[in-house]
Amino acid sequence: MTGPFALSLSDSYAMTARSMRGVTRQIDALVTSIMLPIFLMLLFVYVFGGAISIGVDYVQYVVPGVIVLCAGFGAASTAVAVASDMQHGVIDRFRSLPIVGSSVLIGHVAASVATNLFSTAIVIGVAYLTGFRPTAGPLEWLGAIGLLVLFILALSWVATAIGLLVKNVEAANGATFFMLFLPYLSSAFVPTDTMPDALQVVTCHQPFTPMIEALRGLLLGTPIGNNAWLAIAWFGGILVVAFLAATMLFNRAGE
Amino acid sequence: MSRIIVDANQIQKAYGGKIVLDCLDLRVEEGSIAALLGPNGAGKTTLVRILSTLTRPDAGAATIAGHDVVREPRAVRAVISLTGQYAALDELLTGEENLRLAARLWKLDPREGRARIHELLSRFQLTDAARRPVKTWSGGMKRKLDLAMSLIGRPRVLFLDEPTTGLDPRSRNALWDIVRDLKRSGVTVLLTTQYLDEADQLADRITLIDHGRVIAEGAAETLKRQIGRDVVVLTFPDHRTATHALLTLRGQPATLGTTGDAVHIATDGSAAHVHGLLETLQAASIAAETITFLTPTLDDVFLSLTARPETRSEVYA
Repeated sequence: MTGPFALSLSDSYAMTARSMRGVTRQIDALVTSIMLPIFLMLLFVYVFGGAISIGVDYVQYVVPGVIVLCAGFGAASTAVAVASDMQHGVIDRFRSLPIVGSSVLIGHVAASVATNLFSTAIVIGVAYLTGFRPTAGPLEWLGAIGLLVLFILALSWVATAIGLLVKNVEAANGATFFMLFLPYLSSAFVPTDTMPDALQVVTCHQPFTPMIEALRGLLLGTPIGNNAWLAIAWFGGILVVAFLAATMLFNRAGE
Repeated sequence: MSRIIVDANQIQKAYGGKIVLDCLDLRVEEGSIAALLGPNGAGKTTLVRILSTLTRPDAGAATIAGHDVVREPRAVRAVISLTGQYAALDELLTGEENLRLAARLWKLDPREGRARIHELLSRFQLTDAARRPVKTWSGGMKRKLDLAMSLIGRPRVLFLDEPTTGLDPRSRNALWDIVRDLKRSGVTVLLTTQYLDEADQLADRITLIDHGRVIAEGAAETLKRQIGRDVVVLTFPDHRTATHALLTLRGQPATLGTTGDAVHIATDGSAAHVHGLLETLQAASIAAETITFLTPTLDDVFLSLTARPETRSEVYA
């Protein structure tokens, strides 16, 4: 079994193991990417939540938004890992080996999916302690996890492309902060119909809103409408485009 | 009879209209050490990147062990290894983990891999540090580990891009020993350097490049004779004695030094020549105070070989 596919699997597995070590050796970064969303959640639930009146218990409303924020922020940090590899010549070294070159990118993305599912689980656990009570059955949970995996995959590939493009850690860090603020322009923290009309044009037509609404529907039984399909279309499309862009940037990395 | 293992023909490369490599030819014999010598921006790194399949040439062709670098990159990658200017290591991993990753990517079987890692760690005296994260290592140790990573897969051709830039003299000497040792084990080494001394110490053949062109090529000795000569500097108590010595040494390629109390004489470096100079002076009752040798520096070499305006504005039509 040494066909090209088996070899590529073996390379990707080795690279994933490498990237996972990288994550676990930077506990401070991992803790930040978990603590930040948790603090935001506590801030919204206990500080702002009392003043935000939207007809339902605020903690039930905000948790799906925090989950998306957490997973998005975590996935965006892939840009830093990829940019660091570019900056230190590690990508060049891997490209000069007789391996499937892009396996180094696959390793970073796979590690991102694993760690962000883990940190999302912790966020959900803390949310439960603050009173979050999802009504989802096993099928709904499965659907929610599926959507989250798609979301993290898509954003990890976007982050990978950004890392390959900017080639330095500082600029890549900027990208992660951008990612942290995008969910504010969605239905993550307050319903979009409370916002000015001009802003609603943005918030209703960006990918985060259908993703959050679909998660809300799956976890809490609110109406989903076509949000699940919209989310799949958005992030499926983003995944394909970002994957192609990353592959192209990777092949061009020598120039 | 050695055969050519690195064969580059008429390589051209330009970035944004600026020519980096200009119809460059290079041939390296299997089992030898070749040096690409040149200043920053001469095109050394670009050539190494093309030969190691990282960058495509705009025109020209190159083969490594008979495989074309553009059409058969995978076959080329199977016989080469590249050690870049900066240690390309995963700093979060330990030295041993870095090597283990390389062994897995080279598809060594686990037992062979462990043996090879052990061998390389002890050969490069890194065994004690092997279990510490690389980010805690010194620059010299990182370079050695970087080289060890390159050797895991037993490459036939090793590219070393400025292997000793930024190293202290001790680490540099250690690295030189390793390179000599590699040659003994049959590895072909192509290294780039800005230091004439380094090329002189290591290389069987030196290719001098500037502005993407080969400006001289040959064995170190031949090249040194071609590119510059040693100079003997004799100093005297005062300017008057120095000018007297200059007159006495009429017929020799001698000039007065800028300080006024020294005489510079071009020499082949032989004891007989220097002895002759001192005897001539002694016969005229002139005693030199000190005697020193100046070896041509890379600057001298370039000044003598590149008689051309500093800025060239060549652009691809």
